[in-house]
Amino acid sequence: MAHKLHFDIDGTDFGVAGLASSNFKKVLKQLGLSNEIIRKSAICMYEGEINTIIHGKGGACDISITEESITITFTDNGPGIKDIERAMQEGFSTATNEARELGFGAGMGLPNMAKYSDKLTINSQEGKGTTVEIIINLA
Amino acid sequence: MSGFLDNLHHSVTLDKDKCKGCTTCLKRCPTEAIRIHDGKARIIRELCVDCGECIKVCPYHAKKAVTDSLDKLKNYKYNIALPAPALYGQFQNLKDIDYVLNGLLAIGFDHVYETAKATEAVTEYTKKLLVCGKLKKPVINSACPAVVRLICVRFPSLVENILPIIAPFEAAAIAARRDAVARTGFSPEEIGVFFISPCAAKATTIPNPIGMNVSPVSGVLSIKSIYMPLASAMKKLKELRPLSEASLEGVNWARSGGETKALGNIGRCICVDGVENIISLFEQIEDNEALDVDFIEALSCEGGCVSGALTTENGYIAKMRIVELGKAQKEKLKDMPVNPVNVDEAELDWSRKVVSRDVHNLDSDFKAALKKLEQINKIYETLPHTDCGSCGSPTCKCFAEDIVRGMAEEIDCIHKLKEKISILMSK
Repeated sequence: MAHKLHFDIDGTDFGVAGLASSNFKKVLKQLGLSNEIIRKSAICMYEGEINTIIHGKGGACDISITEESITITFTDNGPGIKDIERAMQEGFSTATNEARELGFGAGMGLPNMAKYSDKLTINSQEGKGTTVEIIINLA
Repeated sequence: MSGFLDNLHHSVTLDKDKCKGCTTCLKRCPTEAIRIHDGKARIIRELCVDCGECIKVCPYHAKKAVTDSLDKLKNYKYNIALPAPALYGQFQNLKDIDYVLNGLLAIGFDHVYETAKATEAVTEYTKKLLVCGKLKKPVINSACPAVVRLICVRFPSLVENILPIIAPFEAAAIAARRDAVARTGFSPEEIGVFFISPCAAKATTIPNPIGMNVSPVSGVLSIKSIYMPLASAMKKLKELRPLSEASLEGVNWARSGGETKALGNIGRCICVDGVENIISLFEQIEDNEALDVDFIEALSCEGGCVSGALTTENGYIAKMRIVELGKAQKEKLKDMPVNPVNVDEAELDWSRKVVSRDVHNLDSDFKAALKKLEQINKIYETLPHTDCGSCGSPTCKCFAEDIVRGMAEEIDCIHKLKEKISILMSK
């Protein structure tokens, strides 16, 4: 059995991003998960959300929680990732000047998500969109 | 597991006769610890952090803090007052802190030891710990008990970030008693050490100490309760003994930013005050690793301790006076030697680990908890999502959870009741 959560991510509204994360963390506490799992999940959630906003121009986040794992999937219909391998390198970023001015673009988003999850899968097509799936094991 | 769930004594209580069962405190509690049952507010002990917000917002003054009275001094042979620096800001036209200290001697205390003085020891040690680099960043101050408890209840992943040392008023109690034993020859048990407090959170640390098994403080008197006798005594003073040793930095601990200012250059700092502001910030701190913050000074009361629920003066007016009095102290003490605070660094360390409270868990069995989560969602979908509070829970989400936990019934929802009635009437 899986508990599912869905959040729409507005590409124009940075301010609302925190709310989804807060609700998600509450659910994890209601399930009695460890602080470590909550921390890892919160960071992955945050990085994924930011990426969906500044790169994907908005999209959605679907979370599925089972006894075995937490799966967080970000989907967008944005420009897609040209070079996934490069995108995974620390320090590399395709953030626009505007995003960098806001403090983003350090190039640590995807590497952080990889660091704090047990499995990271990226599917992307240039011009069509991107799906990023993170799995955090509970068992 | 230690401390928190063993003895859930709280200082915040309700005067049932004055309570109207309105939704004000219900909606404002930062940990959703309040419910309205049978027309009266009830506080869920496991969730309450003694921040005192409900005391501040209750329009009927039904919420109170339980603190000690001057009668308790009779239990001891020698009594020391530990005034919080916030006390100094309560008096109009006060130019010299010595009036307050002499006044405290006049109302029954044998000695006064300023909490502002004890901050020096805490500041020194904090600087040392921050520089040694072993603490988890961002380091969050431990001086506000409501913040520490808020973290334990609502931000358990940040428990490891709390600066693991006791608060200035506790350091003051240790130093004051030690000095008094040496000075008077009384045994430690014969000496009463009383904190003059601006808030309920600190009162709760006597039965429920943070980071230690037994508090060195004998009792807590609220600023509110001693204001009148103290102000009256201050007016009648025949002589003014120079008693105050508080530095400008120490006095400024009464306002937000004071602790940080005293630390000097210790890196990137955030000062946040007000419970709602702290909650928004801490959510960000949990999520965003890249923030690169070294130290956070978080105070539950907006403006700092001067705005505590047990003060008599408006916090911002008091703050103005605090700043002025701090400057006056600096001038007064500039050529005087600085006496050390008689407390060891080891005594400042927490002697007992602070742990988070596992209060949100729906079920110790994960599968059962998942099932309950589904039930909560199902019930939530049928609710109006107005968060009106009429059911006695602060939000519809909370109400759905209360139902699944067996604490409430669907019929408590006025909207659902209306629905049912209109169905019956249409038949």
